[in-house]
Amino acid sequence: MSDNKAALNAFRNDVSAWMAENVPTDPGFLLPLTFLEVGTEQQLDFLREWQHKLWSAGYLGMHWPSEYGGQGADPAYQYIVDKALAKHNAPIIFNTIGLNWVGPLLLDMGTDEEKAKYIKNILSGEEIWCQGFSEPDHGSDLGAVQTRAVRDGDDYVVNGSKIWTTLGNYADHMILLARTNPNTERKYDGLSFFLSPMKIDGVEAHPIRKVTGEYGFNQTFFTDARIPASCLMGEEGGGWMVAMKTLEYERGVTAGQASGYWGVTIQVDDMIEELSKLEHDGEPLLSDPVVRDDLVGFIMEAKALSLTGRRSGIPALTSDYPMGLALSVKYRGTEYERRMKQYTASKQGAQSALYVGDADAVSGGFWQRAYFSNFGATIGGGTTQVQANIVAEHVLGLPK
Amino acid sequence: MLLDVARGFVRDQAPIEAVRAQLETDTGFDAGTWRSMVEMGWAGIALPDTVGGAGMGVGSAVPVFEALGGGLLGTPLLSSTLAGQLIWRAAGESAADWLGRLCSGSVGTIAYLDGGDWGASNMGVALGADGALAGAKSYVADASVADVFVVVASEGGAPVLAVVERSSVADSAISENVLIDLTKRAANVDFSGVTPAEVVRGDAVSVAIRDTLLLGALLTAAETTGAANKCLASITEYLKTRKQFGKLIGSYQALKHPTVDIYVGMENARSFVYHGATIVGDEALDQDAEIACRMAKVAADEVMVFAGDRSVQFHGGFGFTWECDSTLFIRRAQWAQQMYGGAIHHRKRLASLLLDS
Repeated sequence: MSDNKAALNAFRNDVSAWMAENVPTDPGFLLPLTFLEVGTEQQLDFLREWQHKLWSAGYLGMHWPSEYGGQGADPAYQYIVDKALAKHNAPIIFNTIGLNWVGPLLLDMGTDEEKAKYIKNILSGEEIWCQGFSEPDHGSDLGAVQTRAVRDGDDYVVNGSKIWTTLGNYADHMILLARTNPNTERKYDGLSFFLSPMKIDGVEAHPIRKVTGEYGFNQTFFTDARIPASCLMGEEGGGWMVAMKTLEYERGVTAGQASGYWGVTIQVDDMIEELSKLEHDGEPLLSDPVVRDDLVGFIMEAKALSLTGRRSGIPALTSDYPMGLALSVKYRGTEYERRMKQYTASKQGAQSALYVGDADAVSGGFWQRAYFSNFGATIGGGTTQVQANIVAEHVLGLPK
Repeated sequence: MLLDVARGFVRDQAPIEAVRAQLETDTGFDAGTWRSMVEMGWAGIALPDTVGGAGMGVGSAVPVFEALGGGLLGTPLLSSTLAGQLIWRAAGESAADWLGRLCSGSVGTIAYLDGGDWGASNMGVALGADGALAGAKSYVADASVADVFVVVASEGGAPVLAVVERSSVADSAISENVLIDLTKRAANVDFSGVTPAEVVRGDAVSVAIRDTLLLGALLTAAETTGAANKCLASITEYLKTRKQFGKLIGSYQALKHPTVDIYVGMENARSFVYHGATIVGDEALDQDAEIACRMAKVAADEVMVFAGDRSVQFHGGFGFTWECDSTLFIRRAQWAQQMYGGAIHHRKRLASLLLDS
């Protein structure tokens, strides 16, 4: 046990030294806060190169099998790398859908052929993945999706539209949930799950601008797009279960993600540091008893998230609601982040109204941008309100 | 595991009918239940084995109190535990006799508050040159069943602990408070003219008082968290069974979503309470331990008030009646939130601890 600890400590030192040498410096253009905001070729190329560098050094997907490009190591090592990335303010690791949703899904439920075909290129950044689940008319109610996939010889012909396709305009592949049978009694039983190519005739991704002013996701149109039948993952009609499994990885309910560093991490200490530079009534903001009390609340929330994360690994202390902490983590975490970002963005006097690009914006408009951007987390991957229903129904046993 | 044992005991001893049966009794608890707890070693759970305790450290008391809170069980265990902590931390092995008695089931309680302000100095009771006390204490928990009072007093401005035998206190000096929470008991006690059996003095006294107040906050938070968890269960039970407009009312999001927030608040409080349990020990509490105790108290109080309040509301017309168990939870919230300091008290101190380095 102490050998292991020594090894981890040595590794931590090695990683820190590597980061100090290798984390790219500010490229002189705006970088995305999270993988949801990769909106320019310039950002894409920069981040792709950075991910490749990290993987080449052996620091990405370390706990994945080495035959597929991982290191076959204990997850503790990747955790150390992720922490170091945050500490060194590294650019994000952007191929998140591949790294954290598709990769674990394939390792969990994929065939050996699928693993051999896709995993390594996910890690190297050579192949980019996007997700085709939500549609304009079916977002929260995913089971009702209508994009059609019709078997025709050795292909499926796909028609329909997906929306909020993050990285869709750059992606090589899409995890696609489509309807192969429109006549089932239960809507879920007509769905199939595909590992679909993106850069083919009949598939078009149109970028959509966000409330942040930036890009990052798309509406994707399928017009008689032919995809090989071998793209089907699992059985026809078995797509819902595969999609639900994907969501477990997406929502952080189940472990196995290649890297947790898909977004700039904002700690409560960052909030305090920012507020400590501000004034109100000519006095330091942190001398205001109201602000101090508010901060106690935020610090406690951050602490609760951390302590609860640790406690979730102790069965004796979670026996009343065994899945409760895992199923409520998105609900608790993303809403806390929304409020703390809004709080910090609003305490800057008149400068609260300035945005990225104005020389007088506090910290370059970081908090305002982070706040707007946060809605990607409270809405995407199952809205906060849907998460509340999930906790209510699956943890507390309340009726639908 | 201690939590399971404690919960099993509470389930057997304190079904809700048993709790209700005690509400309007003098002591608020069943003597047989208390006896059983003493026999299981709970009275000495937080004290060292050298004085007859379990030697498991004060953190081990947390799951016990969580379980007791879940049953809204009376008994003076919390009062005795804290009295034992105060004496032990101020006097150590030299107080072995007193501590031994507490471990064997003599009821101890701390007389701390002068008025109602947990943040005041509370040094209004004086120990005179004649060896007698002058002054009264308020809201002394379990006063009417206490065998031993540990009175926080001032001797020429220095804090001392005046350990008083119940036999030295006239019945007329004890004036029972009318509490909202009928699962608890407290009284004002006039100690004027009373000569303590022993006086604990010295440098360790003020730290002992400070730490015991923090442990009081933590153990109250543990009890409260258990109660909030039980309250949550009673709410979800109702939401899963009561129908209106042809549907189970738990399907309505106006009820469903706040119940989720009660659940989240309860889990947060549990995390704080168990964190506190792991970092408090026999030695003086450091800053991290102080922060942990205060956060636990704030979090537990907040969820208890919310849960009790929503429990009344979500039980509809029935929730407004004495018969509905919501009344027990909302009343427990009113007791617990002030005990050992309320939100304002702890949050103000947390602001300094967390923000002023």
